[in-house]
Amino acid sequence: MRRAGAAVARPARSVGLGLAALALVVAAWEGYKLLAPDDGWLVGEVRLLPRTSDLAMPHVSDMLARLVEPVTGAAGAPALWVAVVQACAASLRVAAVGWVLGVGVGLVLAVLMQRVRLAERAALPFVVLSQTVPLIALAPLVKSWGSKLELGAFEWQGWMSVAVIASYLAFFPVAVGALRGLQSPDAIHRELLTSYGAGWWQALVHLHLPASVPYLLPALRLAAAAAVVGTVVAEVSTGLPGGVGRMILELANFASSDPAKPWAPIFGAIALGLVASGVVALLGAPLGRYRRAEVTA
Amino acid sequence: MRDTRRARWAATALGLTAALTLAGCAGDSEPEAGASESASGMTPVKLQLQWLTQAQFSGYYAALAEGFYADEGLDVEILPSGGDVVPQDALANGEVDYAVAWVPKVLGSIEQGADIVDVAQIFERSATLQVAFADSGIDSVEDLAGKKIGSWGYGNEWELFAGLNKAGVTDVEIVQQAFDMNAFLAGDIDAAQAMTYNEYAQLLEAENPETGELYQPEDFTVIDWNEEGTAMLQDAIWADQGRLADDEEYAETTVKFLKATIRGWAFARDNPQEAADHVTKAGSTLGTSHQLWMTNEVNKLIWPSTGGIGHIDEAAWDATVEMSLQTSNETGATIISEEPAEPAFTNEYVDRALAELEEEGVDVTGADFEPVDVTLEPGGA
Repeated sequence: MRRAGAAVARPARSVGLGLAALALVVAAWEGYKLLAPDDGWLVGEVRLLPRTSDLAMPHVSDMLARLVEPVTGAAGAPALWVAVVQACAASLRVAAVGWVLGVGVGLVLAVLMQRVRLAERAALPFVVLSQTVPLIALAPLVKSWGSKLELGAFEWQGWMSVAVIASYLAFFPVAVGALRGLQSPDAIHRELLTSYGAGWWQALVHLHLPASVPYLLPALRLAAAAAVVGTVVAEVSTGLPGGVGRMILELANFASSDPAKPWAPIFGAIALGLVASGVVALLGAPLGRYRRAEVTA
Repeated sequence: MRDTRRARWAATALGLTAALTLAGCAGDSEPEAGASESASGMTPVKLQLQWLTQAQFSGYYAALAEGFYADEGLDVEILPSGGDVVPQDALANGEVDYAVAWVPKVLGSIEQGADIVDVAQIFERSATLQVAFADSGIDSVEDLAGKKIGSWGYGNEWELFAGLNKAGVTDVEIVQQAFDMNAFLAGDIDAAQAMTYNEYAQLLEAENPETGELYQPEDFTVIDWNEEGTAMLQDAIWADQGRLADDEEYAETTVKFLKATIRGWAFARDNPQEAADHVTKAGSTLGTSHQLWMTNEVNKLIWPSTGGIGHIDEAAWDATVEMSLQTSNETGATIISEEPAEPAFTNEYVDRALAELEEEGVDVTGADFEPVDVTLEPGGA
């Protein structure tokens, strides 16, 4: 009974804490805007603190008010927040594909590296190295390769390039996290299974995979956030229409004439990251009983 | 124990439902909807633009929406660009059939080995301005000396440097400029780069804090590279040189594509509001007045057309090549180091298209073109 009570209280508390943190950010934004000079703070030529003008930092109330106004003056234009939510949904779909792809590749890599020591030595440096390739260099390459791919009736679509780039960012935390998790059981546990005559597969299923869960769950959440970032950046980079990344680029046009407007898709992208990571947390809930291992690890 | 497990499964189900619902919502705006199965007998054509969907490309979108491409038997897919897609590279790599790009930028790519050719010079005039506040004392290129000058770089800076070189101005500070005009409005940049059809309008849509009204043209001075004599050729349609030579069908498609495109631009000239609406429908988030402003300003770059829209004026071409050879930027680099071995333009296809269109009674010069009056709304709404 105590457990059930705690399970209810915990989400309520974390929601409360989240709201408090949000209020703190709003207060910091408005407080800085109120106290700091309009032109920011310069030491010589170097700007140490940003400007606080309405152009650079619109009031929170203005940004919220802008959300409910129509996107453009065109007849029948939806409210800005509706357009942002639509763009976010389009991005989330691509990010989800990227996440699934990235998690799959990451898990396979981790199991391979755990199984074959040589693979770990050979692959791990490249896994780390892969993350140092700047996205802006990678994006046009992926797009170019994809558009030349021909497999019968299958035709490469623009969103697939974006999903591949998202998976490129998403596989890394999974590969590294899962590898640490798979390697986490103590020698004594492995020896126990060996003494039972358990093969590699049985050891993987009964010992290594359950033991990797506490490492895997945060890695999956990180991967979700990475997939969202990858999607947003790749949308900007490859010019895929419809998503929130592209919207950030498009609305940047209005930073001078409608300063509150460009902030809307930025909030959308933040919300998208939170939603993605929240959905992954929910998906991971049934694995919760394996988290006990966290205590002994 | 059982209860908590059930709660966890419920949570998972909730998560899955949320994910599926969101994915379902995304269904309407399917990104892949553009690439349809080509109808029987239609020739699929991919056109790579150099920037986002906006009225700078209104002629292509009008040709698509009005069915001019379909009338020529072409199934055209227009690909907007993003931050890192270089249209001439996409064309040279065989990813697309045609590309829209500025001439000086492509001259650099051709020297690097891109085998592509200008088959139609859509914009006759340059749209690049350098804008300063009226009270800044900057009225001419000479006045830029000692000032902080904004530029986007990435090949958009060459007219500015050609102008500076011509005027003998060397002591300037080049400041990297963002997509918005905030740095200029805040005074970090003395003279900002602006396209007549986009950034200049952004200024006129912004509120002047001193008056509480929108900025007016009188609040600014403008250096127009057309008047300074350092304008370079901008939006042109590029095709694959090798395919034109070997592939009879591609050569025929090129004429058809140019015909339909020119019809599209003539439509945008005669119906600017409809053309702007076509662009907005194609997925642009620009405001209505901003979109119309852009359509109108782009029309001014084309019409009236001296030799018929798309016909490449050899003198203007040579001037652009000459400036590309001579002009050095702040690092001392030039666009190209030697004259292109073969001329990278041909009037063969556009002249055929123009002749056929004139026979069909299409006005391809727009001699009595009059721009419309556009009232910009706050924020371009």
